[in-house]
Amino acid sequence: MTNLLIAGVGGQGTVLASKLIAAAAMNKGLDVRTTETIGMAQRGGSVVSHVRMGRNVHSPLIRPKRAQAIIGFEPAEAVRILHYLSGNGLMIVCDTAIKPVTSSLSGDTYKVSEMTDYLKNNVKSLVIIDGEKLLRECRNPKTLNVALLGAAVESGVFPFGADDMKDALQNTLPQRFIDINLNSFEIGRRIFNETRNAG
Amino acid sequence: MKKKLLMGNEAIALGAMRAGVSVVTGYPGTPSTEVLETVAKHNDGSIYVEWSVNEKAALEVAAGAAYAGARSMVTMKQVGLNVASDPLMSLNYVGIKGGMVIVVADDPGPISSQTEQDTRHFGKYAKLAVFDPSTPEEAYTMIADAFDYSEKYGRPVLFRPTTRVCHSCASVEILDNIPGKKPEGFEKSSRWVIFPKLSYENKIVIEEDLKRMNDDFSGYERNFISGSGKKGIAAGGVSYCYVKEAIENLSAGCKLLKVSTTPFPQKLALEFLKGLDEVLVIEELDPVIENELITLCGIHNLRVKIKGKLTGHIKNAGENTVDSVFSSIMDFLGENTAVTTSVPSDNPPELPVRPPVLCAGCPHRASFFAVKEATKGLDAVYSGDIGCYTLGNAKPLNMVDTCLCMGAGITVAQGLHRVEPDRINFAFIGDSTFFHTGIPGIINAVYNQTDIIVVILDNSTTAMTGQQPHPGTGKTMMGSISEVISIYNVVSALNVSKIVKANPFDTEAAEAAVNAVINERGVRVIIFEAPCIFVSKGKDKYVVNSDKCTGCKVCINKLGCPAIEMDGKKAKINATLCTGCGICLSVCKFGAIGGERND
Repeated sequence: MTNLLIAGVGGQGTVLASKLIAAAAMNKGLDVRTTETIGMAQRGGSVVSHVRMGRNVHSPLIRPKRAQAIIGFEPAEAVRILHYLSGNGLMIVCDTAIKPVTSSLSGDTYKVSEMTDYLKNNVKSLVIIDGEKLLRECRNPKTLNVALLGAAVESGVFPFGADDMKDALQNTLPQRFIDINLNSFEIGRRIFNETRNAG
Repeated sequence: MKKKLLMGNEAIALGAMRAGVSVVTGYPGTPSTEVLETVAKHNDGSIYVEWSVNEKAALEVAAGAAYAGARSMVTMKQVGLNVASDPLMSLNYVGIKGGMVIVVADDPGPISSQTEQDTRHFGKYAKLAVFDPSTPEEAYTMIADAFDYSEKYGRPVLFRPTTRVCHSCASVEILDNIPGKKPEGFEKSSRWVIFPKLSYENKIVIEEDLKRMNDDFSGYERNFISGSGKKGIAAGGVSYCYVKEAIENLSAGCKLLKVSTTPFPQKLALEFLKGLDEVLVIEELDPVIENELITLCGIHNLRVKIKGKLTGHIKNAGENTVDSVFSSIMDFLGENTAVTTSVPSDNPPELPVRPPVLCAGCPHRASFFAVKEATKGLDAVYSGDIGCYTLGNAKPLNMVDTCLCMGAGITVAQGLHRVEPDRINFAFIGDSTFFHTGIPGIINAVYNQTDIIVVILDNSTTAMTGQQPHPGTGKTMMGSISEVISIYNVVSALNVSKIVKANPFDTEAAEAAVNAVINERGVRVIIFEAPCIFVSKGKDKYVVNSDKCTGCKVCINKLGCPAIEMDGKKAKINATLCTGCGICLSVCKFGAIGGERND
């Protein structure tokens, strides 16, 4: 059974990301359960998707410390759900912060380095993706989710490979968005490998 | 056999279509909305689908269809059933001919609701059966069972999924359609006209039927017992899945009762209780199964201890989680719960708080801002209502002082005004909520000559639940175009003395609209018209000229727009979020915002 979590901020495309993972897993003949935040909590709030793949999955929610991997779309959101990660679980995190309006108002904008330092101290298997570089190369910020799926696929956390994910992209997305997403997916894969080799 | 990844709400919709539903009505509400939308999406034209003006109307339309022998389904969220409770309570006394399923989604947490009410109580109160699925795949087949039971007893049935069933996805095996029969049509008979004498006679039959359902549901395949031991766990809904997961790898065995219906399957439960010392009951939201078991032990003089919410073993507010259930079960079964995995040794840094906020470019922000500016220094109370605009309560707008339920803003404002007539009372209401239950409140104010200002925030959609059409949009769920009902014309037909309209993004005109009515008496209505960012195309985005920006933060402190943030000592507009609404231009005294550019 594979348990993984996606954490981000409403509007970052976490729901589509979990749908794509589920679609790829189902094409491999695996049973899938997912659950996520929809509705009031979505408007700029923290969002978490639980994705579980394999046989005999009962609960849609993952227990704390049982996730093999967390894909953090935003550094503070990754820290927020760190307690779900298993002792030797993998954390892939994009280091671009999304500052909430509340912090702009109160003036205490959080520091990304505090989040990444904390993750470095507490996660054995950590890959920090340079969000600025990723977004610059992808050009369209709306494809950040798919780029991070590219990174995750390279890490080997999915019970399927890159080609399965590409099939899922092609079968799930509207025609006009396929090329740009496939491009971002490949960029995510490459940047993950560059990051891992450098680190 | 074909498996498909379905969200619980999609599974309910496709399950109902498989069972031959031919009329589907509802009012949007999280977490129920996608049920009706899925039927509309897959409709080949053979099913009549509508978003009704409110839940009461939806339930009555579906009841009429079921009188004529059609299988009908109504969808709503739990608080929607409060609105529809009048027809619900009476309908059981009259009965139906075609199967009628009322899907009411409960929201433990609550995640997106005003209350944590348990619809199973409504079932008991209305003396109707309730089906309570645990997973999307169970919901897919259970909805067909619900139609069968409804027809078997000639009564509507309730179907209560919770958020974690509605909004979780699972691999669901798609089954062949169930062959159905054509609706027989409406037959005139005295049975359709409710009278006290008829109600008395029917009450006797209702009570007999409840007993029959008790027996019937003991044999229903979705109520069942597994495992063995001296200790037992009874569970229903998604909590059953948490229990299954928790007990899977335990050494100590236990007996497990899964309950999917009320009336409670008493015979089955007696079999479950046989030989048990104690039972732990795990369910969401209220202790319904728990109370049934306690009652059963009393009636049959059984010495079984029942533990759950009433005894403090299970929390009685908020949603269950696999972890909260896990620790309760470990305690109950006396299992070792020593933590083996490492926990982060140092405390995490302070995390940013992310309350939900109005989107960048949201017209509600502009409307609230206009009223706020126009009433600066005045003693005004701002009553709010249910919708995205409830988020106007947050800083820096602070423009929602009350929020109760659909349509209540207009009437609560009237009550406030009766006690403190010297304060100015504003009531904000959205377009969909105006049609839902706002109109009677305005009539009440006009009739009783109350001094209030109603601000209708018309963004051309039901935004909070995901942009559903309503009577003011002229679009229907059958894909047809209907006559647009003009909010202005409705309000003027109600004899409102003063009505003004403005585009809230035209900040001067918007403030002028407020000033035009503020010193008048009687009921005044301001209609702010600008579409939701999800139904209109964004315009050119704006940027901050950092040479001109003084870093005064007035734009941030006045508007609280998620697209404006501080980048060092200067304001910066996030190009991904900006929709080009332009209200920040009017706020900046230094003319630093502008530099319109095409993206």
